[in-house]
This record gives sequence, C-alpha cells and structure tokens, in this order.
Amino acid sequence: MRVSEVQQESLTAEKAKWMYQKMVEIRRFEDQVHETFSTGTIPGFVHLYAGEEAVAVGVCSHLDDKDYITSTHRGHGHCIAKGCDLKGMMAEIYGKATGLCKGKGGSMHIADVSKGMLGANGIVGGGFPLATGAGLSAKLRKTGGVAVCFFGDGANNHGTFHEGINQAAIWDLPVIFVAENNGYGESTPFEYASSCKSIADRAAGYNIPGETVDGKDTMAVYEAAQRAVERARNGEGPSLIECVTYRNYGHFEGDAQTYKTQEEREQHLNELDAIIRFREHLLSNNLATEDELHSIDENVRQAVADAKEFAEKSPMPEANQLTTDVYVNYKPGGEE
Amino acid sequence: MARQISFADAINEAIKEAMRNDENVILLGEDVAGGADLDHLGDEDAWGGVMGVTKGLVQEFGRDRILDTPIAEAGYVGAAVSAAATGMRPIAELMFNDFIGSCLDEVMNQGAKLRYMFGGHAKIPLVIRTMHGAGFRAAAQHSQTLYGMFTAIPGVKVVVPSSPADAKGLLISAIEDDDMVVFFEDKTLYNVKGEVPEGHYTIPIGKADIKRSGDDLTIVAIGKQVNTALTAAEQLEQKGIEAEVVDPRSLSPLDENTILKSVQKTSRLLIVDEANPRCNAATDISALVADKGFDYLDAPIKMVTAPHSPVPFSPALEDLYLPSPEKILAVVSELIDDESIVTI
Ligand SMILES: Cc1ncc(C[n+]2csc(CCOP(=O)(O)OP(=O)(O)O)c2C)c(N)n1
Ligand SMILES: [Mg+2]
Repeated sequence: MRVSEVQQESLTAEKAKWMYQKMVEIRRFEDQVHETFSTGTIPGFVHLYAGEEAVAVGVCSHLDDKDYITSTHRGHGHCIAKGCDLKGMMAEIYGKATGLCKGKGGSMHIADVSKGMLGANGIVGGGFPLATGAGLSAKLRKTGGVAVCFFGDGANNHGTFHEGINQAAIWDLPVIFVAENNGYGESTPFEYASSCKSIADRAAGYNIPGETVDGKDTMAVYEAAQRAVERARNGEGPSLIECVTYRNYGHFEGDAQTYKTQEEREQHLNELDAIIRFREHLLSNNLATEDELHSIDENVRQAVADAKEFAEKSPMPEANQLTTDVYVNYKPGGEE
Repeated sequence: MARQISFADAINEAIKEAMRNDENVILLGEDVAGGADLDHLGDEDAWGGVMGVTKGLVQEFGRDRILDTPIAEAGYVGAAVSAAATGMRPIAELMFNDFIGSCLDEVMNQGAKLRYMFGGHAKIPLVIRTMHGAGFRAAAQHSQTLYGMFTAIPGVKVVVPSSPADAKGLLISAIEDDDMVVFFEDKTLYNVKGEVPEGHYTIPIGKADIKRSGDDLTIVAIGKQVNTALTAAEQLEQKGIEAEVVDPRSLSPLDENTILKSVQKTSRLLIVDEANPRCNAATDISALVADKGFDYLDAPIKMVTAPHSPVPFSPALEDLYLPSPEKILAVVSELIDDESIVTI
C-alpha cells in the first residue's frame, strides 16, 4: 500500500540547496571522524553514516524544531539533518565538556532536545516506543508536531518494532517509521535475519501505509516523507517508509567488512552515490549552479575543520561532573 | 614456561571442548559467526562475535550448532531457555549485559523459575555468556556491570571470572551444569594473557580462590577488579602490609566460608566492586560478614565501588568512575592506622 497521494509541493531552490548542504555536511563530518579515529584520538567506537545521507536529509527536510526524531547507534547523520551544531557534536565525540551532552554521552548518545533530536541510541530497537511516546505527547499537547523514528533493517526484527508501531497505529499517532535498510545488521544480511521480503510489507500487519523507496535517491525519499508527514500532521496516523541504502564504511570503525563484496562497495561509492546523484538533479533542474554547489562544498569543508579544531581545543569535563545530571533534585552521595 | 593464551582464547577453547564432548551444546547469538548465507564467505565466519571471541567455531561445528540470530534478544534467549528445558544444552550470547533490558522476562520469569514452579520437574542447563564492564569508552548503555541484579534472582547462577585459566575452567563447568548460569566476561580482560591448561578441565562453581594470601586485611574483589586489588596489594606490601585478595569467582552460589575464614584471619575487610554502590555484590558480601563475621572484625567494613551514576563516556570521567589502586589505598589507610599508605 502506498501512502495516500497528497498534493506534492515542489522543491524550492532554497530548500534544495539546504538539503545538498546537509548531505555534504554529513559526508564530510563522517569522513573526518573516520580519518581522526584512525589516529587514535577519538575514544570508544563510532558507527558512521556516510552513504545514507539521502535518508536523514530527505526526511528531516520536512521537519522543524517542534518535530521529534529518534535515532540509532549510527546517529551522526540524523543529528546533522535535524540541525545539531557541528562543533557541539564533534566535541561530544571527543568526550569534551563543550559537547552537546557535556561529554557524558559520546557518539552513540548525541542529543539536542531543543532541536527535537531525542538522541542517538545504543540500544537497537530503542527508538520505536520512544517515537511513539513523542507522537503521543505531540498529539495530546496539540503542538502540530510529528515524530520520526529512524531504524535499521536489523532493528526491524526486535520486539519493540512491533509494539511501537502497533501502538502508534491504534491511536492514530503522528509518527513516521523510517527504515534504513542498508542490507546488513552488523555482519548479518537482512535477507537472512528477516522473514519478510521487505520491511514495508510489515506495515500491512498494522494496517498502515508502507512503501519501499530507493534510499539513495534523495528526491524519492523526499517525496515519500512528504506524503507520510502530511498524513501524520492531518491526524491520519503513522506510516512506514523503507529506504534501501548502503553504509560506505563498516558497521563500526575497525570492521574488516568481509561480508561485503568489492563489487557492491565500488558501485555504491560511485554510480549509486546519493550526493553525486542529487548534485546532478539540482544542476539539471536548474535548482543550483555549479558555482553555488562549489561554494557550499568549500564552506562545509571549513565548518567541519572548525568543528574539529573546536573539539581538539576544548577542555575535558571537570571531575565534579561525574555524579551530576543523574537526578533533578537528588545528588547521590550527598552534597559536597 | 607453560602455555599463555588470552582470556578471549580461553573462552573460545572452553566452548570448543564442551561442544566436542556433547552434541547437544549449541551456541546462539548475534553475529557469533556472522555473514550467514553469504556464498562468497564459504564456511568462514565474518565476525566470530563482536570481539572475535567465537571466531573459527563455525568452521568446526557448522551453522546448525553455531547460530546467528536476528537482533531479537527476547526471541533467542527465550528460545534457548526452552531448548534447554527440552534436552539441549545451549550457550546464548548476550553481546553486552546492558541488553538484558530486551530479554529480562526470559531470564527472570521463565528460565529462573520454571524448575521451581514445575515442582522440580524441569532443568534449564543454559549458559548466558555476556560482556560487561567499564573502561572501554563505550558509554552508559554498553559499560554496565549488572551481575548484582542476577545474583538477586533465585534460580540463576552467576559466574564472574578474573583470569584466563579461571574463565576456561569455569565456563566448561557452567556449560556442563544443569542450572542456568549467567557468565560475565569483562570486555577489558579479553586481551589479557595468562597460563591456561590445555584440554578439558573444570573449576567448581561456588568455590572462591585466594589470589594472594596475607594476614593484615582481606580484599574481596570481583572480576577485573581482582587485578586492581592485586596491584594495590603489591603497593601495600612495600609498606609492610600484607593484604589477602579473595576472588569469589561466582556470586551465586557464593563461597561464604572462604570469605569468612579470611576475615577471621585478618580482622579487616575491604570489598572492591565496579558495579554501582546500591544493592550490589559488595553490599551483599558486606551484609554477609556483618551478619556472620561481626566478631572477627577490628574495623568497619569498607567498599570501593563505582558511584551511583551511569557510566560516563568521556575518558576523563570514566577513569574517575572506576575503582583504582589509589582509591583502594586511600580506603586501606582508614582501615589500618598508617598515614604513609596513601602517599606510596
Ligand atoms: C538491543 C541491542 N542488541 C544488540 C545490539 C548490538 N548492535 C548494535 S548495532 C547492531 C546492528 C544494527 O543493525 P541495523 O539495525 O541494521 O542498523 P545499522 O547498523 O545497519 O545501521 C547490533 C546488533 C544493541 N546495540 N542493542
Ligand atoms: Mg542495517
């Protein structure tokens, strides 16, 4: 079943350039993290979003600060598309006091509630009920907002997928479930782990619209998300969009990726690349000029370099931060 | 010198030994082999577990016995419970103990209780191997130490090895045990090497090990904190203080006798546990000694634990979160009246 056809707003040049910029920001940011991680200066482990930019950006281009998103362990792209500050993000990834979460969360937990970004998430499947609850809250508080749940193909087998979607459906909540089917959950192929042919097929079980789109075609994601967001804003309930995509890097940095074939990797890095394709779309539809896109590229390069420098120069959190922010009004261990 | 292998390889060997001995032993979990159904990999695994601990097992035992699962902990842990109840001897890998949130019912209400509720007419020979511990910069949802939670549940046995040799012997025992055992592997120990015997051997579950003997105070430490305690003990030795380091090795059952006997000898007790301070193994052992060994004590029981907060991501904070030799020395100076201890 397709999401009900609604009047398609055509993409303005301004919006198109904003989308291109966000996609390039994600790519450049992740390439930078990849590069820096290999030098050992980034603590812990990171899961990079490069390759999947069209999904986060195609969806978030319909959202503003009153709308919520829930994210995954692979959350940097969602953060950037939802408007999180690059400096605050990079500092968080370095564990610095100036990070968006004061260095307490790190890559897997970056959040900016003021932007409606309810956090990357270390628990696969953690986002489904959270998005449903944010949708319930938006509906009852009559904010006009919607909630988007980004999730992976691996997460679609977790029990929370079914519990979250069913609840959103029976209460007609303004929630959009966006599957990022990148073919693998860690090293396990989607086809092995899932008994369905497509994740979109599962929508039928909850009597909500579900469709599969080429998740590396920015316009296809943009249009599907537009239909689903309108439907949600009109009080018609949740939808599911499956975006077929690919992650350019490993599951996490350091993954040897033997489960991928050389052929598929090259294809995705080149002719199927979402940014190359969106760039061509903008140029051939006169939505941007070569010069404009070039200057976006340059500005983004600088912004990411600035974010890196900011993170490097920022201080580590003070020792007294260890036990703050656990509760609102109870300091474990007593006041010192 | 005898053979040295890593904690990770010791676990791999234990699984192999148990699987060779009993065809009902199977391993299931997320990416325990990896790359399922991919022709280009042949019979190779893509991962062998997220840390490579189960690497190579699929070549020997095949995909019928080394099962990659969907990311659905309730699904496969629950299946492992009833496979165990019906004649198999499964090892279910819960990648990080933090993910117990996704399958607690299967452990707490099903696996732990079936035998009792059925009046003894069932047994659950299941091992849940799971990774725990801070110090890996893995942040709040991948760094917890939750063995205290399982110790509180009747019907669950809890094993926490601190060395490669203990890990191998205890894991073989756990697999051959007829009860459900949750087996904790500290992620920062995997690369630690130690002497490990070849072949099949077991270490009884419920038997503590005195990792260092001494007369002046008892330090009971759990998991990798045994190593922290041993480092502190070496530094105390330079001050003429002999600490006895007791490793319970299993928290359920708990070897009460070995702990009480040690405290009887030393009259002082310090417990080192990297879990949060409330309702954990340290408070449990403290209650045991307060109850049954109060007369042996010459000083209050002390604990070094993590604070009552989630595990922070930032290295600057995570280093403060964990117990350390310095923290142990500071507390020992309260137990033994000697100001020079802290300044070692
Ligand atoms: C409840 C839970 N189980 C397992 C994991 C370990 N884990 C982290 S990411 C991941 C794979 C997720 O795959 P998918 O949903 O497809 O997202 P992708 O990584 O492909 O973006 C797994 C198994 C986890 N973090 N949480
Ligand atoms: Mg995936």
